[in-house]
Amino acid sequence: MNSQRAAWCFAGPALLVIGVFFFLPVLAALVMSLTDFDIYALADLRNLRFVGLRNYVELLQTPLFWQALGNTLYFVVVGVPLSIAASLGAALLLHSRLTRFKGLFRTAFFAPVVTSLVAVAVIWRYLLHTRYGMVNHGLELLGISPVDWLNDPHWAMPAIILFALWKNFGYNMIIFLAGLQSIPDDLYEAAGLDGAGVWQQFRYITWPMLGPTLLMVSILSMSAYFQLFAEPYVMTQGGPVQSTVSVLYFMYEQGFKWWNLGAASAVAFILFAIMFCVTLLQLRVAKGVDA
Amino acid sequence: MRMRFAPALLVLAFAALLSSCAPRREEGVVLKFWAMGREGEVVTALMPEFERTHPGVRVEVQQLPWTAAHEKLLTAFAGDVMPDIFQLGNTWVPEFKAIGALRALDGEVATSQHVTQADYFPGIWDTNIVDGKLWGVPWYVDTRVMFYRRDMLARAGYAKPPQTWADWMKAMTAIKRIVGPDNYAILLPSDEFEPLLALALQQDEPLLRDGGRYGNFRTPGFRRSLQLYADMYAQKLAPLNRITNVYHEFGMGYVSFYISGPWNMGEFKRRLPADQQDSWMTAILPGPSGPAASVAGGSSLVLAASSKHQREGWQLIEYLSRTDTMARFHELTGDLPPRRSNWSHPRLAGDKYAQAFGEQLERVKPAPKVPEWEQIATEMRLVAERVTHGELTVDQAAAELDAKADHILEKRRWMLARKEGE
Repeated sequence: MNSQRAAWCFAGPALLVIGVFFFLPVLAALVMSLTDFDIYALADLRNLRFVGLRNYVELLQTPLFWQALGNTLYFVVVGVPLSIAASLGAALLLHSRLTRFKGLFRTAFFAPVVTSLVAVAVIWRYLLHTRYGMVNHGLELLGISPVDWLNDPHWAMPAIILFALWKNFGYNMIIFLAGLQSIPDDLYEAAGLDGAGVWQQFRYITWPMLGPTLLMVSILSMSAYFQLFAEPYVMTQGGPVQSTVSVLYFMYEQGFKWWNLGAASAVAFILFAIMFCVTLLQLRVAKGVDA
Repeated sequence: MRMRFAPALLVLAFAALLSSCAPRREEGVVLKFWAMGREGEVVTALMPEFERTHPGVRVEVQQLPWTAAHEKLLTAFAGDVMPDIFQLGNTWVPEFKAIGALRALDGEVATSQHVTQADYFPGIWDTNIVDGKLWGVPWYVDTRVMFYRRDMLARAGYAKPPQTWADWMKAMTAIKRIVGPDNYAILLPSDEFEPLLALALQQDEPLLRDGGRYGNFRTPGFRRSLQLYADMYAQKLAPLNRITNVYHEFGMGYVSFYISGPWNMGEFKRRLPADQQDSWMTAILPGPSGPAASVAGGSSLVLAASSKHQREGWQLIEYLSRTDTMARFHELTGDLPPRRSNWSHPRLAGDKYAQAFGEQLERVKPAPKVPEWEQIATEMRLVAERVTHGELTVDQAAAELDAKADHILEKRRWMLARKEGE
């Protein structure tokens, strides 16, 4: 009894804060998504109407919403595997016994994560500039004609993926590095005695031992990549021809440009449902692999 | 990656708490004045003079970036922290009037010695009148005219810019014949709705009908305007691809006409080489049958309904609206003044490029005055883009626009019906 009370005392403040600042707003947003809250309602609450599921039905009939969903899926499907591969690759390189100046490289790789996104986005806009950018300068040396990265509907999203990749891979790299360090050395020693090569050691020791880390990293990256917003907001404002409008960017425009807060809340819940399903799928797949 | 609003909100709430706990004792009145972009930066230079002539009043100018101005103002309204006086794009006046954020200024203007309606361009003044009341005073104006290459037009056999649509098309076709398939005659910036809106405003039919309850895009007038717009693309007079550097392309003769606004006068003067300065000019937009309307843009100065310093706020508006302050403001920003008396000052009267703007401003027409207009205009731009890509015919586009406008205006209809029922 006493220990139970103590437990409530410890958990209470945190629960209270989460309840007030998280569950309550989420609940309010859910209610709002069933209304047509807009600037008129902002001025006078009598202008608020309860519309049931109309926001959801209308969203599913909005071409731009589907395009935003498509753009976001493109970003997730291409970006997440690339990001995990880059993080894992960097972690393996840093973990290798042959690497020197580990601290320096670890800091250098992690630096983009802690820099301000807006500041580096400005620098990247210079790097990606059609005529004066270093990226196109490099391509030119390889004999490839310049690409109008941020103004060509086909190249804007790849450019954003590249930028997001560079910005974020350091974070997962640190997690992978921790995972790698927790694998006991004797496993590798035993494998070495049995004559396993570098690839076999990776395939049969590193990969399975990293399983749980990999699952966590993939879930975290997936949910972060689904919430693509700041990159297109700073770099392209959703253009060109709406090719970089993500679901969150669409929601932002609905909510804060047109002030259709009801519809914007509905977008948030649809995105939540999609991410929830994808996470369940990931857990299911991970379980299947384990079994 | 994700939007981090929560911490920012916390900080805001905390700051609000702190400031309410510790009321500062101020001598006199502090006026909060919000202005956008370059204007917000420059207007601070005009404040010392106001504070000198109005002892006891201090003005705190806060500059908002244009891209965030609309949401900042609405958020301020929602949070009840509006400034006393602020700059408002004149197309936003109906929206802020609808939510009750503005104070009507009819009484002040009637007794004012400085703000005289007759001196203002009528179309611009009109943008501030919603439901029969005045909600703002024009601060500077913006419209769209035609920038053109004099030498190219001369080569095509035209001594003067075309004034009617028919002449315009003929001139563009003649230029296209000279410049060949790789170049074009006109640039209509496809990321703006203003060029098409200007052509649409030249028609007699309003763009919305029944007091702004329904779209009115299927009229013969609007369809004629959209047809002209579509023809320019269909006949390869206007390029579909995006242009990165307009000034360079204009100088090279990639296009010879360009529909744009006053800010580009300064840019053309600065960016075109000296030997080309004589070859470009501005002219009023051609109309269906002679000179006609264009868009009435620009910004107004408004008073917040919630302000406790209405008298001082109005004094500031009055000070900024005086012709001498406006002349100084024009010098500092290059923004075009809304008062005719400023246009006879040597500085403006001597600027040959500005003359077309002065002439066009006498004919500008406000866009429909409903809060939803900007959203409808954005749809208009997107639908017109599909027409230029050959995805829709003009008639299909007009029907689709009406459907979209009707949908966007549904709430407005419901509210108006309820108001009538009361």
